[in-house]
Amino acid sequence: MNLSVHKREESLGWGVLVVYLGALALALLLCALLLALSGKPGLGGLVILFRGAFGQAHSLLDGLTKAVPIFLCALGVALSFRMQVWNIGAEGQFALGAVGGTWAALTFSGLPGFVLLPLMFLSAMAFGGVWGLIPAALKLRLGVSEIITSLMLNYIGALFLEFLVFGVWKDPASFGFPMTAEFSSGALIARIAPGVLGKLHWGLLACPLAGVAYWLFLSRTRLGFELAACGEGERVARYAQLPYGFLVLLVMGLGGAVAGLAGSIEASATLGRLQPTVMAGYGYTAIVVAWLARLKPWPIAFTAYLLASFRVGVEIMQLELQVPAAFGPIMEGAILLFVIAGQFFLTYSVSLTRSAPSVGEARS
Amino acid sequence: MSPELVIALLAAAVQAGTPILYATLGEMLSEKSGVLNLGVEGVMAFASFAGFFVCHSTGSAWLGFLAGGASGALLCGLHSLVCQVFLGNQVVSGLALAIFGIGLSNFLGTPYVGQGTEGFSKIAVPLLSDLPVLGQIFFRQDILVYLCYALPVAVWFLLNRTSLGLRLRAAGEMPAAAAAAGLNPRKLRALGTMAGGFLCGLGGAYVSLAHMHLWTTGLSGGRGWVAVALVIFAFWRPGRAVVGALLFGGVMAFQLRLQAMGTNVPSSLLLMLPYTLTILVLVFTAARARGARGVASGAPAALGVNIEPEG
Repeated sequence: MNLSVHKREESLGWGVLVVYLGALALALLLCALLLALSGKPGLGGLVILFRGAFGQAHSLLDGLTKAVPIFLCALGVALSFRMQVWNIGAEGQFALGAVGGTWAALTFSGLPGFVLLPLMFLSAMAFGGVWGLIPAALKLRLGVSEIITSLMLNYIGALFLEFLVFGVWKDPASFGFPMTAEFSSGALIARIAPGVLGKLHWGLLACPLAGVAYWLFLSRTRLGFELAACGEGERVARYAQLPYGFLVLLVMGLGGAVAGLAGSIEASATLGRLQPTVMAGYGYTAIVVAWLARLKPWPIAFTAYLLASFRVGVEIMQLELQVPAAFGPIMEGAILLFVIAGQFFLTYSVSLTRSAPSVGEARS
Repeated sequence: MSPELVIALLAAAVQAGTPILYATLGEMLSEKSGVLNLGVEGVMAFASFAGFFVCHSTGSAWLGFLAGGASGALLCGLHSLVCQVFLGNQVVSGLALAIFGIGLSNFLGTPYVGQGTEGFSKIAVPLLSDLPVLGQIFFRQDILVYLCYALPVAVWFLLNRTSLGLRLRAAGEMPAAAAAAGLNPRKLRALGTMAGGFLCGLGGAYVSLAHMHLWTTGLSGGRGWVAVALVIFAFWRPGRAVVGALLFGGVMAFQLRLQAMGTNVPSSLLLMLPYTLTILVLVFTAARARGARGVASGAPAALGVNIEPEG
C-alpha cells in the first residue's frame, strides 16, 4: 500500500467547503483541548464562544462593527499577497492612519463634519500609505525583504502612537491617562441608529466601497490584470516586462491607505478620541483573514465577519470563564495553521495504490 | 561615562546578545536547509514560558532550559508538518506559528505573570575573570553564555565540516538534486527546522531563566524578529551572526540601563530603538551586498521554496 499524490486537474467544487469546515473543526477541537488543559470546560467553552458570538442580535451587530477594520485591512493585505509581496504591516499602517486622522481632527476641530471627516480620512490614508510605501521603496531600491521591514514598522508605528498620546497630544484633563481630548462633534462618525443597532456606525459604508473598488480594479482594469500576472513572482514579472516596480509601490501604498482609513474610522467611531487601546491587533487578524479567504473579496468579507464574531465570543468567554484574552490569537493561529495544511487537498489529490511504486509516487 | 559604566554596559550587552545569538543560529540552521521560519518570535515566547514553568515546578534550571529547547522543536515540528507534508506557504505558516506561539504563552502563562525564578546565576571563570576589562565583560557571566561562546563554532562545524551539514545544505540549495542523489530532502528540511527550533527555544528559555529571572507576558520582546533579520545581516554565516547579536545586545542593554537610570527621553522612543536598528541593519546589509556586485549574499538557492511532489 502506498500513498500517491497528484496535482488536481479540476477544482474541488463543493469539496472546498468540506476541507474548510474540517480544518475549522480540528482547530476548534485543539482550542477546546487547551481550555481543558487549563482547567476550564473544553467543549462547554466552545458553546459559550458560539453563543457569545452568534447567540443574540447585539452580538451579531458587535461582530459586524468589529469586522469593519478587519475587512479593510484584509483587503489591503490581500492586494499585495496577490503578487507575492508580503505586506505584514497592516497593524502599523492602521496605527499611522489613526494618528493621521487624529491630527486632522485636532488641528481643524472647528470645521463642520462634512468637511472635517473627509479631511481626516484623506490625512489617515496619506499617513498609512506613506507607512506602506517605506518597505516598498526599500524593497525596490535595495532589495530589502519587505516582510521584516513592514513588521518592524508595526512596532514603530504603535510606539509612535503611544509617544504622541503620552506626550504632546495628552489631554490635560485626562487625569494622567494616555489619551487625547475628545474629538469635536464634526470629527465623530455617527452611529447608524443609536440604541437599536448598537455600536454600528456609518464607517461600515467604507467596506462595500472598498470591496467594490478591489473587485473592479482586479477584474476590470489593465493594471489589475498585470497585477494578477505578477502572481508568479518577480522574475517572471520582469521577464514579461510588466511594470513590477510600479505595481509594488501601488499595492503597498493602497494597502497602507486602506489600513490607515480603518485606523481613523476606529478612532473616530469607536473611541471618539485617540488612545493606545485603538490597537487591538486587527492588522494581524487581517493577514489570517486574507489568507483563509484565498484573497477573494466575498470570502474576505465573510471571513472578516467570522473572525470578528469570534473576537466577540472570546470577550464573553473572558467574562464568564475568566479565560485570558490570548485565547483569541491562539484560535486565529490554530485555524490558519489547519487551513493552510488543509489547502493541500484543494491542489492535490491523494490516493491509495496497491501496486508497486511507480514514477508518479511522492516519496514522503 | 566612566570606564566602570562602559564595562558594565558591555558585560550587559554580552548577556542581552546571548538569547539573540541562540535564536539567530537556530533560524540559520532552518534556512540553510531551505525553510524560512518566521515563527521564531512565537517559538521564543512559548519557550520562555515553558522554560520558566518547568524550572518553577521541578526546581531544576537545567530541566527548564532543556524544556525550552524541546518546546521550540515541538512548535517548529508543526511548521515542518504544514510545509513539508502539506506543502503550505512557508511565509504564512511561519506567521501563523508566531501568532499561535505568542498566544499560547500568554494563555498558559497568565496565572504566573510576575513570578520570579532562581534560574541560572553568574559564575566567574577562575583566572580568566581576573583579566583586566575582558574578564569583567566576558567571564563573569552565567554558564549559558559560556555555552553560547562555543555555539557559532559548533554550528559552523556542523554545516561545513560534517556530511550531515552537507546534506542539510543540499536540501536548501537544490532539493531536486538531493533527491536524485538518494537523499530525502523533506526529512532533512524537517530536521533542520526542528533543530533550529530547539536552538530558538533555548534562546527563549534563556530570557526567562537567566536574563530576567521572571516570567511575564511579552518577554520575547521582538527578539525573534531580530533573529530573522540577523540571519540576512550575517549572510548566513555563523561568525557574522556574533557581530549582529552583540550589536543588538548592546542596544538592548543600553535601553534597559537608560530606563533604569530614569531619563526624560520618553520610553516609547527608547523602545523603538531595536526595531529601528533592525531596519537600518537590513538597509546597510543590502547596500553592501549591492556594492559588492557578483558576491553572493549567501542565501540558500531554494530558501522558502517548497518541494513539489513528482507526477
